Amino acid sequence: MSGSATVKTPSVRPAATGAGGRRARWTGGRAALLVLALILAAAWLVPLAWAVATSLKPEAETTSTPLAWIGSRVTFDAYAKVWESGDLTRWMLNSVFTSLMTTVLTVLTCAMAAYGFTRTDFRGRRTLYGLVLAGIMVPPQVLIAPLFTEMVQLGLVDTYWGVILPQVAVPAMVFILVKFFEGVPRELEEAAFVDGAGRWRVFWTIVMPLSRPVLAAVAIFTFISTWNNFLWPFLVTTDPAGMTLPVGLVNVQSSFGVRYAQIMAALVIAGLPLLIVFMLFQRQIVRGIAHTGLAGQ
Amino acid sequence: MTTTTAAPPPPVTARHTAAGRAPVRSVHRRWTEHGLVFVAPFLLLYAMFLLWPLVSGVGMSLTSENITGTGGEFVGLANYAEAVRDPDVWSSLWNTVWFTVLSTVPLVLVGLGLALLSHQLRVVQWLWRLSWFAPFLLPSGVVCLLFAQMIFPSGFGLADQTLAAAGLEPGIGWLSEERYAMLSIVATTVWWTVGFNFLLYLAALQAIPVHLHEAAELDGAGAWHRLLHITLPMLRRTTALVVVLQVLASLKIFDQVYIMTGGGPDESTRPILQYVYQQGFTGYRIGYASAVSYLFFALILIVSLVRPALSRRRAEEAAK
Repeated sequence: MSGSATVKTPSVRPAATGAGGRRARWTGGRAALLVLALILAAAWLVPLAWAVATSLKPEAETTSTPLAWIGSRVTFDAYAKVWESGDLTRWMLNSVFTSLMTTVLTVLTCAMAAYGFTRTDFRGRRTLYGLVLAGIMVPPQVLIAPLFTEMVQLGLVDTYWGVILPQVAVPAMVFILVKFFEGVPRELEEAAFVDGAGRWRVFWTIVMPLSRPVLAAVAIFTFISTWNNFLWPFLVTTDPAGMTLPVGLVNVQSSFGVRYAQIMAALVIAGLPLLIVFMLFQRQIVRGIAHTGLAGQ
Repeated sequence: MTTTTAAPPPPVTARHTAAGRAPVRSVHRRWTEHGLVFVAPFLLLYAMFLLWPLVSGVGMSLTSENITGTGGEFVGLANYAEAVRDPDVWSSLWNTVWFTVLSTVPLVLVGLGLALLSHQLRVVQWLWRLSWFAPFLLPSGVVCLLFAQMIFPSGFGLADQTLAAAGLEPGIGWLSEERYAMLSIVATTVWWTVGFNFLLYLAALQAIPVHLHEAAELDGAGAWHRLLHITLPMLRRTTALVVVLQVLASLKIFDQVYIMTGGGPDESTRPILQYVYQQGFTGYRIGYASAVSYLFFALILIVSLVRPALSRRRAEEAAK
């Protein structure tokens, strides 16, 4: 992902104007493209801005026409009310816990499995790997009925594990990691073996540190998709105390009644964490999507 | 990422073969020396939460089971026979396919357009990513409630108010009229997820060697010519990938419809996954719901047959 945040100002350095598309000379066409891009960017930001604007209005003015971006006064009442009700904090913590656990377990089990499949040998290895690859074709959504029945039988409905465990074993992640491990030179491990290190040690002290970029990609992608997952947590949690953020919000939208400022305040609070994470880790997230996006979740 | 190519054939040493078969250095070989130990945790979860439901679901689809998985009688293929004759299966399947068609075209084209724009400009990249990609990171609950509660309501919603401000007739039932509901859901989906395709395209654009453009420019090719004859052909594989990923993602639509219209008006937007949910979870016919799931699965498998090209490309990407 090079080329990000490169030329900030119109550059007229002669060195930068070699042949090709690298130069940033401000022609008329380029200016027109910039205007077009700015309009499109604004169009995409408008719904977010509208949510924020509504959340800052007094409740009585949220449905007033004609169009007004700012109410008669700016107030944080809606935020205070939403926060006082307490549920949002609870769901936020549930989301953080289940997403982090799912991410840690996914990275750990998938990396171990990928190492096992690429660097060790045991009876049935090829068959098992074939079985895992075949699983890439199975979308979890088609399994909701039998999976839920299984959860009832295991007593995992309305538990954290009921939310977490079915999201952990993602065959596509194993595939991505296998492809990466295959590219890691074996010589690095050989030396450690000669020094008497075992498989476990080699895995932890050599393979895992070497794979940090791809592990980060897998982790980021898993976190985003579990944080945003709606269908499965929606099915497996019925008790509001155990709901994740997206499920909780949808569940209570009726109890907010017609208090639009409060609904929007809740949405802003719910949307903020990942947006902040995004601004902090833009580069890694973009790279992560470019790599694991190919998992096609 | 480091660009490690395939490792050269390693020296064949005894150490190198399976740990289990290596010359026994110490009498007590540790349990972690066996390869299966590495694979076991994943396999256990995989078997429990993917393979087993996949198999037990087939069994279930042959019974009249209720939601708790008890009290079902074997009914053979009766559920499948019923599903094939059930007009609700066909209409929700059609809604799913129609949504997929309506959403895939703009999601691919707009994603490509935004990527070309941002790649061409090479300035304030953070702004393009923030506006076009960041919505993708919002939970579906947040996005759908925002659009359903503040953008699309008749009268005071932003969509209607914008029309009014432009001097047009407001009062459109964006989500309550059959001719607009699906389009409104598509628009929401495009706003929400186009950033993903934008990023895949942007990554592909940045991988195109600069010298191709330089050479063409020296030969006098204009910007338009270079776009048509260099950039777009170089993006062909990415487009194939994006289209397949998008179709598979769109077929699984549930959240947007469930939250925004509940499948209405008059079930005109209800997708197949919602029908499965209604049959199994609110109608307590889990056996029948399973049968419908497998018909849906068959549809997805057919679409997935286009995937060999995709997995080749994936392998290349992942190995980078």
